[in-house]
Amino acid sequence: MEDKKQPLFSPTNLKLLTKPLGKNNPITVQVLGICSALAVTVKLEPAFVMAVSVTIVVALSNLFISLLRTTIPPRIRMIVQLMIVAFLVIIVDQILQAFVYDISKKLSIFVGLIITNCIVMGRLEAFAMANKPWQSFLDGLGNGAGYGVILLIVAFFRELIGSGTLWGYQVVPQEFYDAGYVNNGMFILPPMALIIVGVIIWIQRARNKELVEKN
Amino acid sequence: MFSNRYIFIYATILVVVIAALLSTTAKILQPLQERNTRIAKIQDILASAGIESTRGNAEQLFDKHIVDQRLINRHGKVVSDGRHAFDIDLRDERRRLQDIEVGRSNVEPVFPLFVSENNGQRLYIVPVLGRGLWGPLWGYVALKDDFNTIAGVVFDHQGETPGLGAEISEYWFQDRFIGKKIFDNDGKFVSVTVVKGGVANSYIPTEHGVDALSGSTITSEGLSNMIKQSLANYVQYFENYRQEILRAEAAKIEAIRLAEEQRVQDSIALEQAQQRERYRRWQQQQQQLQEQQDIEVQKTIE
Repeated sequence: MEDKKQPLFSPTNLKLLTKPLGKNNPITVQVLGICSALAVTVKLEPAFVMAVSVTIVVALSNLFISLLRTTIPPRIRMIVQLMIVAFLVIIVDQILQAFVYDISKKLSIFVGLIITNCIVMGRLEAFAMANKPWQSFLDGLGNGAGYGVILLIVAFFRELIGSGTLWGYQVVPQEFYDAGYVNNGMFILPPMALIIVGVIIWIQRARNKELVEKN
Repeated sequence: MFSNRYIFIYATILVVVIAALLSTTAKILQPLQERNTRIAKIQDILASAGIESTRGNAEQLFDKHIVDQRLINRHGKVVSDGRHAFDIDLRDERRRLQDIEVGRSNVEPVFPLFVSENNGQRLYIVPVLGRGLWGPLWGYVALKDDFNTIAGVVFDHQGETPGLGAEISEYWFQDRFIGKKIFDNDGKFVSVTVVKGGVANSYIPTEHGVDALSGSTITSEGLSNMIKQSLANYVQYFENYRQEILRAEAAKIEAIRLAEEQRVQDSIALEQAQQRERYRRWQQQQQQLQEQQDIEVQKTIE
């Protein structure tokens, strides 16, 4: 490859960063990481923390695996990937516990979920094993961001309609409740996340016909 | 392409390197993390007593407001074995309690109790520990000095569902416990129950029930069990302490009654003395009158 001559943010490299936000979104197009999208999107705040954590872990594990890619024996590559991911997740968790204890208390349950997030393993297998470290790092950032954007959109609707709040602050005025408005409890339950993701996929494919599968 | 030998060596090196890195990080960060958990515990204890604190001033406020730490045994007696109530891990004591109940060991469990003082009001803070849907629940229940009325609670959890069970750590939910009572009118321990479907629609009296959160049945049940099980270990102590207070109160009333009796007796004695005095004077007057009359009679005769 002629990557050597490319500047760090060449158009091809930038595409790695932006494509997962739209045409190659890990959730709506690759349909990965759905499970955690259901679990953490009841409120905006945990969704945001999860998005940031996943982005860091995907980017760094992509980088490390890409650095090691020529030395990893294919027969144990999955185990090696998993070890790197688990290692990073534990480090992130330990650092959060030591320096931002309040956030780490909220995050502790989600940290375990990052290890099992299909996006992480998916990107390692699909990209980092075959590409250079810098590109892999960008790909990780892009995919983490793509995942985060969907998470925030879903959490926005679930928190607004399900609890009447945004980021913990009341946004639906009291007059609405006085007039008979009721928070929709359905949105707090996991199935609603699936439906919102479905609606996002629908809208995206309606606007971008090349994403529609032909069969 | 890669030999078995290479694979084995590769895996071994990777495991050793990662293990070394992880344990080093954990070891380096441990003091910071322990300090964080300590401060979080202090903040929880203070919050249950209604004292606001920040991470900066928590330790200082703890020294100022927590005036006593006690260890209580199963028979409601205060024990002192050199340990601080703050350092007791409730999980270990629970295990000891279970062991002793099935006869597996005879190490007596102890239960910590914190006494806080704020604006002249004493509160007794009991740590509670239980299980929710996904993991442990814990918290602190502050009782007023009647050992009955709840003055404040703090609950926390490890991994209850955000937006559902996790709401137990929110103030607006915890405020529902304030003013609830753990003993009924006959002095029987009934604890406080988190009621699914609302207290108003249940047979539980308002002062012993709290409305549950919707969509968190198991967390709510866990919360009820936690409060009941944890407070149950202190009931004997509360009874003893209350008896003591009642005895002191009775002694005080008795003293007042005796003083009153004495006062009444004194006044009666005074009255009687006055009456005797009046009678004596009257007799004197009569005598003088008689003498005068006698003299006058004598004069007329003469």
